Amino acid sequence: MTLPEDALAHLQRVLQTAEPPGDRYTLQEPVGQGGMGTVYRAFDRALGRDVAIKVLRGDVADAEAAVRLEREARILARLEHPGIVPVHDVGVLADGRVFYVMKLVRGRRLQEFARSASRSDVLRVVLRVCETVGFAHAHGVVHRDLKPSNIMVGAFGEVLVLDWGIARVVGIGRAAAGDGAGNGPPPPPVGGLTSVTSAGDAATGPAPDPVTAPGTVLGTPGFMAPEQAQGQPGLADARTDVYGLGAILRAVVAGEPGGQSAPRPLAAIWARALSADPTARYPSAADLGADITRFLDAQPVTAYREPFHERAGRVFRKYETAIILVLTYLAVRLLFLAMRGF
Amino acid sequence: MPQHSGRTGGRAFPTTRRSVVEATRDENADVRRAAFEALVSAYWRSVYSHLRMKWRAQPADAEDLAQEFFARAMARGFFDAYDPERARFRTFLRTCLDRFATNARRNERRLKRGGGTAALPLDFAGAERDLAASGAGAAPETESDAWFDREWVRGLFAEAVEALRAECAGTPRAIRFQVFERHDLAQAETPRPSYRALGEELGLPVTQVTNHLAWARRELRRLLLERLRALSGSDAEFRAEAEDLFGVRIP
Repeated sequence: MTLPEDALAHLQRVLQTAEPPGDRYTLQEPVGQGGMGTVYRAFDRALGRDVAIKVLRGDVADAEAAVRLEREARILARLEHPGIVPVHDVGVLADGRVFYVMKLVRGRRLQEFARSASRSDVLRVVLRVCETVGFAHAHGVVHRDLKPSNIMVGAFGEVLVLDWGIARVVGIGRAAAGDGAGNGPPPPPVGGLTSVTSAGDAATGPAPDPVTAPGTVLGTPGFMAPEQAQGQPGLADARTDVYGLGAILRAVVAGEPGGQSAPRPLAAIWARALSADPTARYPSAADLGADITRFLDAQPVTAYREPFHERAGRVFRKYETAIILVLTYLAVRLLFLAMRGF
Repeated sequence: MPQHSGRTGGRAFPTTRRSVVEATRDENADVRRAAFEALVSAYWRSVYSHLRMKWRAQPADAEDLAQEFFARAMARGFFDAYDPERARFRTFLRTCLDRFATNARRNERRLKRGGGTAALPLDFAGAERDLAASGAGAAPETESDAWFDREWVRGLFAEAVEALRAECAGTPRAIRFQVFERHDLAQAETPRPSYRALGEELGLPVTQVTNHLAWARRELRRLLLERLRALSGSDAEFRAEAEDLFGVRIP
């Protein structure tokens, strides 16, 4: 027989598709591709449901990448949170590539969501991202690749932070400080988080990254903190993610960098998060989230000292109805008194 | 799918995992012949297209030269000098072929068709059709080595598909091959059907279609790797070839 060019090309492509061991998972079409792995939709016969399987890409399937993907699976498994995709299984394909199985999530990427949503809805999504990232920080994990394309907004409003492939464990997280039986304490309240970095620095200093060598630059230009761009993985801490969150905020609210249409307090929030000096940023994702909450509630934000007229305008907008009612009452009362006087 | 008049890879190929390259030096003549037939089966298409592309031989001359090349390779032990430490077997074979073609030209020797050797049943007409369809005639001579490799890959896959067909024929697995053939071997003039459309056509649920496809691909991969291992001169070569073909590393 002869094989036409298109059939040969198709066969070569599908045979590069991963085949999980055993009969439990049936791989279907690819649904996404990142720098390190390809995500396939798959059917889990044992449980009768669709799942997603992330497999190391063939062209990057070296030992370091394998370690990274396995670490990603373990990190995700450790972070049980509504904003983080749960991992069900991890394994090695017959060809030696690492894979892990996770929940199949459907939705829109944040930048797509932002194009059709109101500003307040977009801010609420960013707030949820801050909460999720803050949760990870509390468990000693820094994401290091936060950007709109790594945020998924589901059909029912769920917000998921994806792609923890270059995440770094920076210190002793709360999970590790559990009861010794593998049961960590419940997630801490978001507003009360202490910077992981501070805790790590105070105790032992930044923990070494077993995968990322000094000089290696991992991340996405435009969303990567300066200390990350310098190829100093040891310097990456919670404030590195604060920078990424600020870049996300700026990108989805103001569009391209330099957008001028946002209110000054909001622009000040991302400006503080994007400070080149890590110590000038919000100390934690929770602090950044708290300022976004204040902005949503028309309260003064810590990143911006507003002049009197702006404060008056903000107070007026916040209590507009009540102020108009009081002023109307006073005007009527004055009119009544004036009429009686004459 | 075009039918051929030549050998089928599934029957010609030894089922052992031993390298056929190594077996061409076996003391037993039958083992040597079987190994040699496997090599011819895997490489004749590459050899023919290389002679057509690089040496610009006319189709009839390329056929004669290809036949003569394999006949001499076996009679004179061309491949005995192969050293897996120095190159892949495929590269070595191409070098042998270039040397053979150079000598043939230098001696201004036109081989008479079928002269002196028993013709192997190879589908040169089919190979010629494939070359024409792929636009090889317009390709520059500098790409001829790439064509050699490409045709080798095509031959490898074609043989594995035939082996899969033979494995499924007359068994309950025939439906699996049917799904695979309708979906993965679809040609340009018959667009690849969706899983759903294929399921409706064959009276299968979509999950069954994907299961059959997954099985057929897994089996095809196994057959390909089996052939690749046998055609490689060393384990290192096998791993390198597998990585080139499938983009993955063999553990």
